[in-house]
Amino acid sequence: MEKKQDYLILEDEVAIPYENAYGPTWTRFFEGLKDETIYGTRCAKCDRVLVPARSFCSRCFVETDDWVEVSQEGAIISWVLTEYEYFGMPTKPPFIGALIKLDGTDTNFLHLVGGIDLSDPDYVRKTVKNGMKVKAVWQEEKKGHIMDIKYFEPI
Amino acid sequence: MGRPVAIIGSGQTYHGRRFDVTYPELVKEAVDALFEKTGISPDDIEGVVSGTMPSMMEGVALTHFYFAEVLRSVGKPIMKTETCGSTGISLAFTGYYWVASGMADLVLVVGSEKMNEGDSQATMTTVVEPFYQRYFIAGAPGVFSMQCQEWSTRFGIPEEKVREAATRITIDHHNDAFDNPYAHIKKRLTPEEVNNARIITYPIRLWDVCPNSDGACAMIFASEEMVKKYGLKPAWVKGVGYSGEEYWFGDSEKAIWQCAIDAAKQAYNMAGITNPRKELDVAEVYNPFTYQEMLYYECFGFCDFGEACDLVLKGVFSREGELPCDPSGGTLCTNPIGATGLNRVAEAALQVTGQAGDHQIPGAKLSLAHAMGGVDQYNGVMILGSKK
Repeated sequence: MEKKQDYLILEDEVAIPYENAYGPTWTRFFEGLKDETIYGTRCAKCDRVLVPARSFCSRCFVETDDWVEVSQEGAIISWVLTEYEYFGMPTKPPFIGALIKLDGTDTNFLHLVGGIDLSDPDYVRKTVKNGMKVKAVWQEEKKGHIMDIKYFEPI
Repeated sequence: MGRPVAIIGSGQTYHGRRFDVTYPELVKEAVDALFEKTGISPDDIEGVVSGTMPSMMEGVALTHFYFAEVLRSVGKPIMKTETCGSTGISLAFTGYYWVASGMADLVLVVGSEKMNEGDSQATMTTVVEPFYQRYFIAGAPGVFSMQCQEWSTRFGIPEEKVREAATRITIDHHNDAFDNPYAHIKKRLTPEEVNNARIITYPIRLWDVCPNSDGACAMIFASEEMVKKYGLKPAWVKGVGYSGEEYWFGDSEKAIWQCAIDAAKQAYNMAGITNPRKELDVAEVYNPFTYQEMLYYECFGFCDFGEACDLVLKGVFSREGELPCDPSGGTLCTNPIGATGLNRVAEAALQVTGQAGDHQIPGAKLSLAHAMGGVDQYNGVMILGSKK
């Protein structure tokens, strides 16, 4: 549909800095990562362990102040090998994003699966499977950030 | 339940990389086409609804202000509706609610996007909060790949069969697009071309993914009185259903996808549909990804869970099949995202009024339109019929 004429194009960019507040619950969760600890909170009503820790249960609408240190091991529920890149992408491809059910928890934790060669998709496909057991691998230097966990590697 | 409401006309732009016009001029193309086709005067419109994906797709916020003139909205009430990928169906719902409530008799609804002016996946990533999920989601293809893996594992569908069915879907739709004058990507694909295309987010390859399109869609929702006044062929809104789920991607199951199931159920109940595969004549399912289209067939009760691949391979959902899905080529071939859901409604309306041209399903009387939004979070379904 594009016509052949060369019309002018304005090149523009909008860059706005943000300060996003963690609040008390997530401050405690992310501070926990500095100590190589993953925290969840248990709902007193439905008994689900929610991870990352939440200030309230999204189904029972009661405050969740029962803090539990959750397992750093779990099983892959689903995964995706990303091979493309967009502007400002916070994680550089190739990488594997995955939903991981940490042992003893009731929600799926979203993070990376790593520690394997990602250069060949066919190899990745043969290696990574749903249901596969993985464990957290930590960065040496920690910042109280979600990427303090480097990735989850197959056990 | 509100008053009876009908769609009495629609206008679509040609889609593609539309650098031949500015963004407002693109919107004008759809609105002008609508008024020209229906013969309705813009002066008779009582209210306007406008919608896009996140405004930052084109770097201009609150675009309904930017579009005031081309929407013919000066001096009239205007609403903006924005629900991510489901924006288009939400726009249709907003127009429907407005007329059904009795607060207006004639409402203009317009969806638009100029995706090629920005970076679509960079924009969509801002739908995800910056503390936790944004690092792993990898835009729309990442989310839908994970959903696909969850679905195929859950029902034990062999990877080869899922691939074969997805390949059939993309070949069929890209063929169908040749019969839709407004479709963006029209291509005769071979299985080899599809199966060997480059990986975007494994298992999704290039031809499993919708394009970035520039385009707009405009539509008029009318009361029964206005249907009589203008004498245009009406597509009656028989049922609507919209359902969402929790925000966190890992909190709810995406294979047996509750919000999709519930949205369809609500719409079927309202329309009195008990056997959708038998009763519906055509469906415009929101299919930005081949795999997801099959998941919808199951969630919408077109077939049982785990059965979609087999039925796709038997041709049940192709143009000549029992329930043709996306004869327009669907989202897979044309995706101006803020307009995409409204395109589904426009196509479903064209079908039940016998105006779909070369991709008309003969004798279609009852159709389904659908769109999905958020990080797999919302689904909306609208049922249209030729009779009130």
